Amino acid sequence: MAQPFLKKDDDHDDEADYSPFLGIEKGAVLQEARVFNDPQLDPRRCSQVITKLLYLLNQGETFTKVEATEVFFAVTKLFQSRDLGLRRMVYVIIKELSPSADEVIIVTSSLMKDMTSKTDMYRANAIRVLCWITDGTLLTQIERYLKQAIVDKNPVVASAALVSGIHLLQTNPEIVKRWSNEVQEAVQSRAALVQFHALALLHQIRQNDRLAVNKLVSSLTKGSVRSPLAQCLLIRYTSQVIRESASNTQTGDRPFYDFLEGCLRHKAEMVIFEAARAITELNGVTSRELTPAITVLQLFLSSTKPVLRFAAVRTLNKVAMTHPIAVTNCNIDMESLISDQNRSIATLAITTLLKTGNESSVDRLMKQITTFMSDIADEFKIVVIEAIRSLCLKFPLKHRSLMNFLSNILREEGGFEYKKAIVDSIVILIRDIPEAKESGLLHLCEFIEDCEFTYLSTQILHFLGIEGPKTSDPSKYIRYIYNRVHLENATVRAGAVSTLAKFGAMVDSLKPRIFVLLRRCLFDTDDEVRDRATLYLNTLGADGAVVETGEDVKEFLFGSLDIPLVNLERSLKNYEPSEESFDINSVPKEVKIQPLAEKKAPGKKPTGLGGPPPGPPSTIDAYEKLLSSIPEFANFGKLFKSSAPVELTEAETEYAVNVVKHILDGHVVFQYNCTNTIPEQLLENVTVIVDASEAEEFAEVASKPLRSLPYDSPGQTFVAFEKPEGVPAVGKFSNMLRFIVKEVDPSTGEAEDDGVEDEYQLEELEVVAADYMLKVGVSNFRNAWESMGPDCERVDEYGLGPRENLAEAVNAVINLLGMQPCEGTEVVPSNSRSHTCLLSGVYIGNVKVLVRLQFGIDGPKDVAMKLAVRSEDEAVSDVIHEIVASG
Amino acid sequence: MELCPLIKNILLLDSEGKRIAVKYYSDDWPTNSAKEAFEKAVFAKTQKTNARTDAEITMFDNYVVVYKFVQDLHFFVTGGENENEIILAAVLQGFFDAVGLLLRGTVDKKEALENLDLILLCLDEIVDGGIILETDANVIAGKVASHSMDAGAPLSEQTITQALATAREHLTRSLLK
Repeated sequence: MAQPFLKKDDDHDDEADYSPFLGIEKGAVLQEARVFNDPQLDPRRCSQVITKLLYLLNQGETFTKVEATEVFFAVTKLFQSRDLGLRRMVYVIIKELSPSADEVIIVTSSLMKDMTSKTDMYRANAIRVLCWITDGTLLTQIERYLKQAIVDKNPVVASAALVSGIHLLQTNPEIVKRWSNEVQEAVQSRAALVQFHALALLHQIRQNDRLAVNKLVSSLTKGSVRSPLAQCLLIRYTSQVIRESASNTQTGDRPFYDFLEGCLRHKAEMVIFEAARAITELNGVTSRELTPAITVLQLFLSSTKPVLRFAAVRTLNKVAMTHPIAVTNCNIDMESLISDQNRSIATLAITTLLKTGNESSVDRLMKQITTFMSDIADEFKIVVIEAIRSLCLKFPLKHRSLMNFLSNILREEGGFEYKKAIVDSIVILIRDIPEAKESGLLHLCEFIEDCEFTYLSTQILHFLGIEGPKTSDPSKYIRYIYNRVHLENATVRAGAVSTLAKFGAMVDSLKPRIFVLLRRCLFDTDDEVRDRATLYLNTLGADGAVVETGEDVKEFLFGSLDIPLVNLERSLKNYEPSEESFDINSVPKEVKIQPLAEKKAPGKKPTGLGGPPPGPPSTIDAYEKLLSSIPEFANFGKLFKSSAPVELTEAETEYAVNVVKHILDGHVVFQYNCTNTIPEQLLENVTVIVDASEAEEFAEVASKPLRSLPYDSPGQTFVAFEKPEGVPAVGKFSNMLRFIVKEVDPSTGEAEDDGVEDEYQLEELEVVAADYMLKVGVSNFRNAWESMGPDCERVDEYGLGPRENLAEAVNAVINLLGMQPCEGTEVVPSNSRSHTCLLSGVYIGNVKVLVRLQFGIDGPKDVAMKLAVRSEDEAVSDVIHEIVASG
Repeated sequence: MELCPLIKNILLLDSEGKRIAVKYYSDDWPTNSAKEAFEKAVFAKTQKTNARTDAEITMFDNYVVVYKFVQDLHFFVTGGENENEIILAAVLQGFFDAVGLLLRGTVDKKEALENLDLILLCLDEIVDGGIILETDANVIAGKVASHSMDAGAPLSEQTITQALATAREHLTRSLLK
């Protein structure tokens, strides 16, 4: 129905790349939108203008607030027209303009009129628009209509109301939850999509009520859900129920498994696949349960539709990681997929085969892969390389053909990441398969003869220096290494010099020849290369005095630098040239433990060259350094623990302040991190006035004001308190930020000379028992517990009163004690009635503490807890009980 | 929410990767430049493949993208990495076929731009805020094509051309069924 938007003087319409929007311009279209105000509306013309506006928005054009408001008000006039096509466009553009709350009011009455119209299309769309733009206050007014709409006999209207309900549930759950009777009725609808939307909404309304979800699933799995999409949803809900009830059914048949298996015979492919995937993802799935799912996926593998093949091979690839045997039946189909047009499918097929392959099929597979590798992108190649590496580790006897394969592809073209993946794989094979060492090293040597990546060259040279001298004939590597000294850039040359020196140190027979080579390097153009050559010639005793390489020299050459590089870097930067030379022993050695999230990263790859990356700078180190750098606090002794920052201001206030509590033996230091968020202000002489009247055992001893706090550059001020030594004193502190504020001219950035003294109230801060506890895990709790012995054990029982569930009670106790949960016992399986949680930590004074918590919950949600503490000091064991008793 | 199949975006690009109509239902791409970067990457990755008879599929930055091409039009539907591929394909097919019906068989860029209002309405009818509204092309096209005066409009407001248009719509609707 739409006509091309011809301009009168436009005669481009015969040209091939003619676009009706050619030369479209926002200003002109906004002008055109004035037709919306005409007393005699031309629906067609209005539709065209709306389309142009939508086109502009779609192309990423933005309207200013004023423009959007103007368009919005003009559009509201169009509700006068009764043209259906135009009304549809009006609905769409209102949603796109996302009007503000006060604008929404303008259209509310029009939309509410449409919601009750006799025309189905009006009702459906008006509901969607109104629910999309409303902010909830309106919702109670229209709730009645929405409830009616959910059970409307027109499926489009019902779906519109249900889908809007799904969106509204995020913002106004208490209102939407009142609709469950109507939604339940809609689940029985004969219209497929209504059933789907109703089921989705009903489940979301009930998702926190496990019993209700259980009931929903068991009633629907018996009946017939007509819509394939609804059936997919039901499968997802069912697997969730299975997952959550898995713990008590290890013996018998899995509940609802029959339903999933039945879905494998559904007529819709999406349902079959959803069910097959759900079965493969069951916890601890047995091979008997897997078989029917694998069978349907196998059928999909030979489908003509790429989407089906992809879905099947992707799922089987995942299954192959845990149940390789179950997938071997599909190997023949998989092999034919290697030549699939769709390279994603081919790559998934190859890597699946590599996971399921047996020793005899390796050679054949490698032949197929060789032809395959040349025509896929690097990203796929890396995936294949990783699969080959694990295959080789599985079948070490096959290292020859796999190593050959790797060296062949290493010679071909490829980007850095790809080459690095290959080199890493070769390195890992050399490390893990002794027979592969010599051939692997030679492959690497050949590679660096023609390697464009400096990083890889130096890493390989380093690796050669360690492994080469241990081989049967180290001399054959020398040529490759020395060639680097002639042909490469300075970085690689320096690396080669170090490698040569390592050969010289380890292989005495080569020493004279190495000295000759190193002496030649003394004439290199690069400082670093010459310095290294000189250093090694001296340490290895090239003056001919010593023949045997001393242990300390070996230690120097090969010993790992047991200092984190970041720490070394920081210390070197801080070092000021003086009489005293830099002492490497002063560099702190602690590395912060990697955050758990990183450890959990799936498929943790074995690190190839270079070893693990150095950890991030340790915060406790940083804090310790910071404190010791402040003269007032320097004699406080060793830092025991620093808390995580605690916010003392609301988000988005003028001044953002958080505090870190530093616990020392006889002192507590509060570090206030302040940020000034007002560009027009400069704060000076910033201090925090702390009132410790509710913290009796603490006495303020020192404070360090912050001289100046410009806009957006955080600074710190400190307050230190003395407390009885070794005693876990607790207390409450109220804080007041005091400062001199100076106006800043935003254009010049210069502050005025005169300032005004001002104060800013901060929130209170507490020192709690958990602050005196370090989270330190133990790897084997039982061993640690046994070896601690029952000498200082204290056991008692506590009632924790009514709690929402066990998990909440467990968390509360863990947070109260501030200890490290061990062996994953902080996770409470859902639905369980009892739980044991193991905690470990170090209490102030360096006393190790282990805690065993046993929880039980009974009918009215009353939680009881048995607390057993073992520590090196019975006083500490008692303290733990006191913390719990008072907390 | 996470258990319900969700659509991240639907894209209709031309043979150079330029936008004809796009609709994003997820906050994964907060700015227009992020969206354009995604479109560019998807287009580059799929450009050389043959997705003219059957819908094709690829993994991309932890998204599953299904796509289908006709003439100089490239259709894409994106979902999260754990989404059921076949559901995404059903949405793509619904969109693709509905556009075919609405453009009356002449499915190319020129025709699509000239009927951009229909394409935009079509997108509006397929997915609402990420949730699938409808996948049946006939129903989608039927809903989009129902252009007529609403029943209560006085006859005098209808011009001859509008009356003819109404008649044509009725005809199309009966053909589409």
